[in-house]
Amino acid sequence: MRLGLPASARIGPNATALPSDRPAGRRVTLSRRALPHLLVCLMALPIAAGLWGTISLALSHPSGRTAAFADLMAWRGLPRSIALSVIPGFVATAASVWLTLALLALYSGSPAFALMRRMLSPLLAVPHAAAALGLAFMIAPSGWIARALSPWATGWTAPPDVMTLNDPWGIALILGLIAKELPFLLLMSLAFWPQLDAPRRLTLMASLGHGRAMAFVAAILPPLYARLRLPVFAVLAYAMTSVEMGRILGPSLPPTLSVQITIWLMDPSLTARPIGAAGALLHLALVLGALGIWLGLERLGGQFLRGVAATGRRGTALDAPLGALCLGLTGLILGLTFAGLASLLLWSVAGLWPFTAALPETYSVAVWSQAGRDLVQSTGVTAALGLIVALAATALALVLIQSPHTLALIYVPLILPQLAFLPGLSAGFLAIGLSDTLAAVALMQLIFVLPYAVLSLAPPYRALDPRFAQTAAALGASPARIFWTLRLPLLTAPLLTTLAVSFAVSIAQYLPTLLAGGGRIETLTTEAVALASGGNRRLVGAYGFLQLLLPALAFAAAIALPRLMFRHRAAMKGL
Amino acid sequence: MLQIEKLTLSLNGAVMIRLTATIAPGEVLSVMGPSGSGKSSLLLALIGALPAAFAQSGRTLLNGADLTPLPTAQRQIGILFQDDVLFPHLSVAGNLSFALPRGMDRAARMAEIENGLSAIGLAGFALRDPATLSGGQRARVALLRALLARPKALLLDEAFSRLDAALRAQIRQLVFDQARARGLPLIMVTHDADDALAAGGRILGPMGDIITL
Repeated sequence: MRLGLPASARIGPNATALPSDRPAGRRVTLSRRALPHLLVCLMALPIAAGLWGTISLALSHPSGRTAAFADLMAWRGLPRSIALSVIPGFVATAASVWLTLALLALYSGSPAFALMRRMLSPLLAVPHAAAALGLAFMIAPSGWIARALSPWATGWTAPPDVMTLNDPWGIALILGLIAKELPFLLLMSLAFWPQLDAPRRLTLMASLGHGRAMAFVAAILPPLYARLRLPVFAVLAYAMTSVEMGRILGPSLPPTLSVQITIWLMDPSLTARPIGAAGALLHLALVLGALGIWLGLERLGGQFLRGVAATGRRGTALDAPLGALCLGLTGLILGLTFAGLASLLLWSVAGLWPFTAALPETYSVAVWSQAGRDLVQSTGVTAALGLIVALAATALALVLIQSPHTLALIYVPLILPQLAFLPGLSAGFLAIGLSDTLAAVALMQLIFVLPYAVLSLAPPYRALDPRFAQTAAALGASPARIFWTLRLPLLTAPLLTTLAVSFAVSIAQYLPTLLAGGGRIETLTTEAVALASGGNRRLVGAYGFLQLLLPALAFAAAIALPRLMFRHRAAMKGL
Repeated sequence: MLQIEKLTLSLNGAVMIRLTATIAPGEVLSVMGPSGSGKSSLLLALIGALPAAFAQSGRTLLNGADLTPLPTAQRQIGILFQDDVLFPHLSVAGNLSFALPRGMDRAARMAEIENGLSAIGLAGFALRDPATLSGGQRARVALLRALLARPKALLLDEAFSRLDAALRAQIRQLVFDQARARGLPLIMVTHDADDALAAGGRILGPMGDIITL
């Protein structure tokens, strides 16, 4: 799951803390300087070990070292499975990037943009699986859309025999991916926005007669995209790898390559797991190839746009049609997603709901009472894991952001597909007897949660006015006292947001939980995805709703607590 | 007494500050120069908080002790910035208590805070949120906070530039009077000639040249 940065919490009027602001005269101890690098190494170690483990697993086929690769290549579904991973991944990423840039170009600063931003932000906390389930409940042949339009508009009295869900082209998958990646990219862009001096640049270009789109391309896009590149890579890698979205929304015969790899890896037979590992290595090569192609397309696109900007064309006629298109698409995706999420709750309390009825005819809490024990247990496991992982990730993030060099490295777990190193890592857990334990799942989740914790905390931490610490030190305060009594309280709101972000990312983890837990650690997400292919919509709705509820409660607490704690401190509000 | 001996600050090879000066207790030295001339960096160097991008040579002595190897917290030099930099999560009393030396009991701390507030005309303001104070009140709290830490010298970084004209003269006089009463050597960096004239002491440029107004 992808989550964005909170807008940088600028404390104080001249907040310009730069990485180079370390005082020249102060002795920085070796441990303080070395600790962030040591931690990065510790985070890199499981990735490297996992990759090595995956290679080893791929070579461990009982019939010979290359047998797994031969079996993989012999699988008839492979070409189509590859296409179903690469094409929807590319299309969903390109569409998310285009929509993000078009919204920023054409609507930033407008009331419509403020409204969209308010609606998109909560989507970040929605686990991918929940968003996918909601979308599936909307677009399935017996989904809410078909019910709302039948029979008066469609003539259907029974669910039609059309593949609107799990369609062979991956259109449903693309829609689901855009619904989750658009909020991520938009909020990442907004985190960079203050550095770009965008409103003044756009006004200047408008005064020269440029339309909004052309002004954006000429004055904002180059510096913005340079900052957005790593998040875009993370989106592309994720879109090609997502297993839970592929399982819920993607085609099934054959499925996407990542889904098929997971099926092999979870297979109890000795021959299937090496094929899965070989598939994971192929998948890694595909993702790296796709990133290379994306880089090439980026370069071509950049040349083209620079050429267009250099012609001096004002492009004022472009704004209206582009605006209508991007607003329409965003509205459609937002509408589908929010209605889908609402349908999760509705299905969980639906009694009799025959096809063509737009709403349930009766309501019942039967599923909640029948599955109550399982639901409570899954919720407990999910929340406990989330809390442990969030606390660990936030504490580690506080150490990591002391070093300016860790930020680029922190993207590695996001860009390198999970499938490449998770199989090896779970084999490693098995070897040391840690497999199928909460500790293994927590450690595995931490690898993916920590980058989001760092991304969430770094901007407000670095924006903290350095004069607070300088003043406190001049008053005689030690570095430890400054950290505990000044920095941490001043960063209460960003710290709580980071905890909520980490908690939400932990809840959303599917593949790491599945592989490290060996299917025995059942969280809301693994259960919801497992149930998705069955027919019990009421039960799926209940799991999906709880998946939404936990992060929502965490974010509500992250917003409410600082307001409560600092209700008598006006300058702390809004930080 | 604050002694600055051949203090040189440079950034990317360009020398910005070259200064030798001795400031006696109660004396005010004004350093005048345009924006970006390195005046604020001089003060950061004196408190030991100069960004690593700068190169620094020379030394500073306070009452005969070399400050160069000491971290900021042990230099006993107070500083007031252009903004008051009151800690927004603490009350007025919390801000002042932060500055008091450790080891005092609660009653002694509160007594000193109340006495200090009375002395600057803010009796009864201890529990107030700093954000609810006027600019002049905040400036006075910031001065009191700096003084409660028992500094041996005081630095002012354009400390009056955000105040309006009437308030500015009043706060400026309060700061100078307090520093003189406590015998603190004071360095004020400013680009404002009125501030420098009001200080009544020597006025130097960033390269140590004497400025006559």
